[in-house]
Amino acid sequence: MSQTDFKQKYPQIWKRFTPAETLVRYIWYGGIVFIAVWSVSNLDIPWFYFLDAHVQAADLITRMIPPYWPFFLDIIQPLVETLHIATLGTVFTIFLAFPVAILSARNTTFNKTTWFIGRFILVTSRSVNTVVWGLLFVAIFGPGPVAGIFSVAARSIGFVGKLIAEAIEEIDVGAVEAIEATGASKLQILLIGVLPQVMPIILGTIIYRWDINIRESTVLGFVGAGGIGIVLYSSINLFAWHEVSVILVSIFGVVILSEYLSIKARARIT
Amino acid sequence: MFIIKGLSKTYPGGVTALEEINLEILEPQVVMVIGSSGAGKSTLIRCINRLIEPTTGSVQLNEVEITTLGKTGLRKARRRMGMIFQEYNLVDRLTVMENVLSGRLGYVSFLQAYRRKYGPEDISAAYELLDRVGLTENCNSRADALSGGQRQRVGIARALMQRPDLLLVDEPTASLDPKTSRQIMRLIVELASERGTPALINIHDVALARSFADRIIGLARGRVAFDGTAAEVSDQVLTEIYGEEDWSATIKNDGSDSSGDENLLSKIEKESSAG
Amino acid sequence: MSYPTTWQPPRFFTNPYVRYGVILGVLGYFLLSFLTLDADWQRTLKGIPRAIDIFQRMFPPNFSRWEILVRGVLESVQMALAASFFGMIIAIPVGICAANNLVPKPIYYIGRAFLGISRTFHSIIIAIFFVKIFGFGPLAGVLTLIVDSFSFIGKMVAEDIENMKPGKLEAIRATGASFPKLLIYAVLPPVLPRYIGVSIYRLDANIRHSTVVGIVGAGGIGQTLAASFSRYDYGFSLAILMTIVSLVFLGEFFSNWIRAKLR
Repeated sequence: MSQTDFKQKYPQIWKRFTPAETLVRYIWYGGIVFIAVWSVSNLDIPWFYFLDAHVQAADLITRMIPPYWPFFLDIIQPLVETLHIATLGTVFTIFLAFPVAILSARNTTFNKTTWFIGRFILVTSRSVNTVVWGLLFVAIFGPGPVAGIFSVAARSIGFVGKLIAEAIEEIDVGAVEAIEATGASKLQILLIGVLPQVMPIILGTIIYRWDINIRESTVLGFVGAGGIGIVLYSSINLFAWHEVSVILVSIFGVVILSEYLSIKARARIT
Repeated sequence: MFIIKGLSKTYPGGVTALEEINLEILEPQVVMVIGSSGAGKSTLIRCINRLIEPTTGSVQLNEVEITTLGKTGLRKARRRMGMIFQEYNLVDRLTVMENVLSGRLGYVSFLQAYRRKYGPEDISAAYELLDRVGLTENCNSRADALSGGQRQRVGIARALMQRPDLLLVDEPTASLDPKTSRQIMRLIVELASERGTPALINIHDVALARSFADRIIGLARGRVAFDGTAAEVSDQVLTEIYGEEDWSATIKNDGSDSSGDENLLSKIEKESSAG
Repeated sequence: MSYPTTWQPPRFFTNPYVRYGVILGVLGYFLLSFLTLDADWQRTLKGIPRAIDIFQRMFPPNFSRWEILVRGVLESVQMALAASFFGMIIAIPVGICAANNLVPKPIYYIGRAFLGISRTFHSIIIAIFFVKIFGFGPLAGVLTLIVDSFSFIGKMVAEDIENMKPGKLEAIRATGASFPKLLIYAVLPPVLPRYIGVSIYRLDANIRHSTVVGIVGAGGIGQTLAASFSRYDYGFSLAILMTIVSLVFLGEFFSNWIRAKLR
């Protein structure tokens, strides 16, 4: 085959996108950059703060080191309280999330109204952050771990409930049909036909949420809802940075440990 | 004993699955319902215990009209009807014993069900049934650890735990190999006749139906196209139920070895459902 | 022939000592945790009438100061958008550094440690540090959300790269391609769709988080909300909460819609 033949037979230009596609792509890029620039410019960011930011940061770090280790003895109790808040809040969630999930799953809810109520609880619970729930429960129960426990539970219902509801919608309907055919009542169907099928999901989600809740409980103290956050907040406000570093290291330890336990426990559930 | 009159079912969307079904079972006999896929076999069984609500018609079991019952009445009526499914429909994560005992759910309270507290006569009945279906050893294994044939045995035991007045059986062997199919079918038929319980069995395997049935009902396009004894099932009858095909092998064979017919039948089913 | 009349479901713990030990342990934990809880129970019991009182003061929600509300919401949304944009960009180098099949071991450990530390600390702890360095206001909030975003997206990117079949990398390496070319030809195409999906999900999550960083003074609607609670202005609090819920709902709807379109 001669060189000229080759040229005639095959095109020498190959483009991945047509001009129209390219245009659309660039419009997307332009739009995204525009939104980013618009957002930043509207935020009134004092750029001159960046001038001495590295100085400030370096200052913070030098003040934090060395950590004042004896302070650890003072934070053992708040750390344990943080664990209690997370654990008790998660335990409350177990009892509340399953009923809400039943209402929110299309195949187990009773009617349109109950489905809507279930969905409403899930959406509200999930949209409001644990700390914001903390604001509300501190106003109700006063400062302290009780408000923290309620906040953790209030936020977790939505998270756990949503995942359980999705699991319920995907169960084997045959088994439920069979239990229904024996003349079992609605509650018995849920107990014998549905619950065993979603049990692994419930356990897995609860353990996973417990691990997240420990992280959440470390900051509940910022709004007065108990735990290590109270100590951290006051140490920061007192500029006691050598204490702050002790707290941060212990939070890091607790969170890593709980994540490890959570992964181990979830791996054992089949 | 068991009487269906003018039973019809039209699904939302206008598909008519059953049209004016009339059927009487007046003595303890094994009635096999044959027909191609989509002929309405499953709908018929489910309309009887109202897992599917029939559109019109009447279903009577021992003088109780089922179609008009309220929630509680329906639960009571369902306790009298044992059901066996194609996919066994066991609760996988429960033990074999829990699955069998779930046949008594209609007779215990929620709390008893939660605590797995069943009466002593229920427990011994469950053990007896497990012995009868050959699964005593497996009573504490989880249902998802069993093979297909074993799972169907659990399904049978669960249905009989109800001490039913009628057995509703939906394609019990469609997911099993030919040998296990015959064992399972023999088990169902034996248990039904031992206990004097009439059984209504959906089945697509004509040969298998002919070898075990006291009576055969053919469904075609939602209507009863045939009602008679196994011997009366002729070439012509099968053509009426399934459509045109060479039926001589199915008839001659008399179901003594169904494995050869399975291919033929599945081919027929495919054709008839495509058409 | 007679059959047994009793049956026990198999126990999770077969050894009775272990079983009762576990039950006692769990009960003991609850008892101990309740007793040691540093709670003022009398104050807690007053909570029920207080709750009724607060709910009464919440209704009807007070939208009269809607200008403040709109300004706060707009600030939150802008913080979320800006943070998602920069988070997406920073996530790429961080993600690449944290993929062990692409970079040398020392860089990999640095990348992983970076992701690990920023994921372990709650965003509010990170926010409070940015507030200390950059002062009160949205800048601290945006920086917090950026850290949150790039650690989340970066982790996904790293995992996706690590899950690639080694053959694909080898095939492009075998053509003699340089490292940047390797990234564009072998890494980018399989990772891109999920990267975009996760980034959009992150936008939705940033909208949710932008409503809380304000509690420690890092700008956005959260600051307004915290202020309304401290002034016992519960009618306004409910108005803000309702706005947040609908904003989150809209954000989730939008993100689901875009992700469905991209599929």
